[in-house]
Amino acid sequence: MTGSRTAATIDAARAEGRAALVVYLPVGYPDVDGSIAAARAAVEAGADIVELGLPYSDPGMDGAVNQEAMQAALAGGTRTADVLRAVREVAETGAPTLVMTYYNPVLRYGVDRFATDLVAAGGAGLITPDLIPDEAGEWIAAADAHDLDKVFLVAPSSTTERLHLTTAASRGFVYAASTMGVTGARASVGPRAEALVAATRAAGAERVCVGLGVSTGAQAAEVASYADGVIVGSALVRTLIRSDGDRDAALEDLRLLIGELAEGVRAGRLVR
Amino acid sequence: MTDFRDAVGPYFGDFGGRFVPEALIAALDDLATAWDKLKDDPTFIERLAALHRDYTGRPSPITEVPRFAEHAGGVRVFLKREDLNHTGSHKINNVLGQALLTQQVGKTRVIAETGAGQHGVATATAAALFGLDCTIYMGEEDTRRQALNVARMRLLGAEVIPVTAGSRTLKDAINEAFRDWVANVETTNYVFGTAAGPHPFPALVRDLQKIIGEEAREQLSTRIGRLPDAVVACVGGGSNAIGIFTAFLDDAEVRLIGCEAAGDGVETGRHAATIGAGSPGVLHGAKTYLLQDEDGQTIESHSISAGLDYPGVGPEHSWLASIGRAEYRPVTDAEAMEAFRLLTRTEGIMPAIESAHALAGAITLGRELVAAGADPAETVLLVSLSGRGDKDVETAAEWFGLVDSSAASGEDEGGSTTA
Repeated sequence: MTGSRTAATIDAARAEGRAALVVYLPVGYPDVDGSIAAARAAVEAGADIVELGLPYSDPGMDGAVNQEAMQAALAGGTRTADVLRAVREVAETGAPTLVMTYYNPVLRYGVDRFATDLVAAGGAGLITPDLIPDEAGEWIAAADAHDLDKVFLVAPSSTTERLHLTTAASRGFVYAASTMGVTGARASVGPRAEALVAATRAAGAERVCVGLGVSTGAQAAEVASYADGVIVGSALVRTLIRSDGDRDAALEDLRLLIGELAEGVRAGRLVR
Repeated sequence: MTDFRDAVGPYFGDFGGRFVPEALIAALDDLATAWDKLKDDPTFIERLAALHRDYTGRPSPITEVPRFAEHAGGVRVFLKREDLNHTGSHKINNVLGQALLTQQVGKTRVIAETGAGQHGVATATAAALFGLDCTIYMGEEDTRRQALNVARMRLLGAEVIPVTAGSRTLKDAINEAFRDWVANVETTNYVFGTAAGPHPFPALVRDLQKIIGEEAREQLSTRIGRLPDAVVACVGGGSNAIGIFTAFLDDAEVRLIGCEAAGDGVETGRHAATIGAGSPGVLHGAKTYLLQDEDGQTIESHSISAGLDYPGVGPEHSWLASIGRAEYRPVTDAEAMEAFRLLTRTEGIMPAIESAHALAGAITLGRELVAAGADPAETVLLVSLSGRGDKDVETAAEWFGLVDSSAASGEDEGGSTTA
């Protein structure tokens, strides 16, 4: 066991007195190469950890922006194998690269086979929005055998008992869903996120990152004042949705937003 | 050995479970706990029984259909008449129980998904009866095909939200209903329409639908003093099928036959034969059979019957299929429509196209049994007539070419409301 590079990256950010910036981008949007270029640009612009989304036909936890991107990715022919290629090319940047995926595509690929191929591609692990530890026996066994991160989610509705269970099953970090809802930008991150982070720490979590609803530098700073990492997804995806199809302009918008968010996670320590 | 009919979930063999976001677990736990308590509570049992009797019109009768049965090898065929229920199908059995449950857990709003609109209409009906706020999610494609049912739901006071995501059909309506539930779980109960989805829905819906088989078993026993040789029901998600099967699960001599929608034919790829032609995976919160491609992406289903047009199936059916306790057979659109025509013309009973799949299955089975040497007079089939065909008049008229061109002109908008 070599341990979690994801955890090490969060710890290094913490040593700098800041939160880590975790970015989500779906593979295959605008196309596979375009999504790889976007993720690499995000790392250059200051993202610490990358979550690559595996597009899925029934993304029950995603809001409109991510749904649209996933649907376009599937319509464009994105396959599970493309996701593994994207992992390889993004992991080359040195940033820990996780795959965020609904469970069925992994189950279909073969859980252990997916873990094997993810390791070979240089991937760090999986984030599983519709897989709770109670149902994850097969994935947990594969992740442990292959030294991969297992990022499970906690929510404002999680009981203390479930916070303990989920924390104990997680490696890398625990993903705290800031609100009761789906992915997508919101006017405010919600008052329950800070309490959830505190409760998750009390349940034994060493690293808790907050996602859902973060879209601006100011929100990133707010979350960074109490969390170990700030996860931004659909706000980034939105920069890639352009009716004029100008990819250079889209990447420039993406870099600008990442820059703003990277400043945010550094400003957060002033609040702390 | 545990009796089949006592299976409570969350697992049915290798199937079932709760493959949902953590945010929903507390709500599912609350629902499971509340149902565990409520289902044996005498007050609840009496309230639900009174609703069944005074509101729905239960018990629904069984009807022997000899003229129809001539086409099924001349065996004896009995129909369990869920089509005579208030709102026209078995769906009311489930929603009345879940509406009472919603009150019990102190929530004031219900949401539901609907495909053809039958479950949406039933839920809106129960919401009106209980004074609950009601939101129905329906694929945009389906709101066009079933404009009349959209109007029915709105007349009943429900808000109908057309879903524009994905394939804009039932599976996407389910996704959207789950998204609503995650965000509004403190005030809202999700009235799931079929015996699928995450635990406790498969067991909960089964418990509320098993009255179909319990009544039929007793009615047959009174009428002919014996059990049927086979029980036949259509299977989309599978709630009427599990409802009529459950009372017979532990009677090994009774064959249980689920009829899946084979659309244009399983070999064409345009079908909804989930168990017959699908494979195990996870969809809508449960491990079960589903139609999926080699990457695990859900494949869209096809059927003339909107109520069977679903790429998944309840986990208990997956289990019963895997252990061989129930058989699942494909029935094409053409076979179902022929059975629809036959029952209408021979018995004056117009079935829902969903139920016509079960009738087609009974025709095939009756002939098979007689061909294998069974005495027709001593062979008894019990068929779940899960709903009535009023909603399908337009589809049937089109199928049989009974609509003149001027009357058919509004069909794209679903506007030629002949019912």
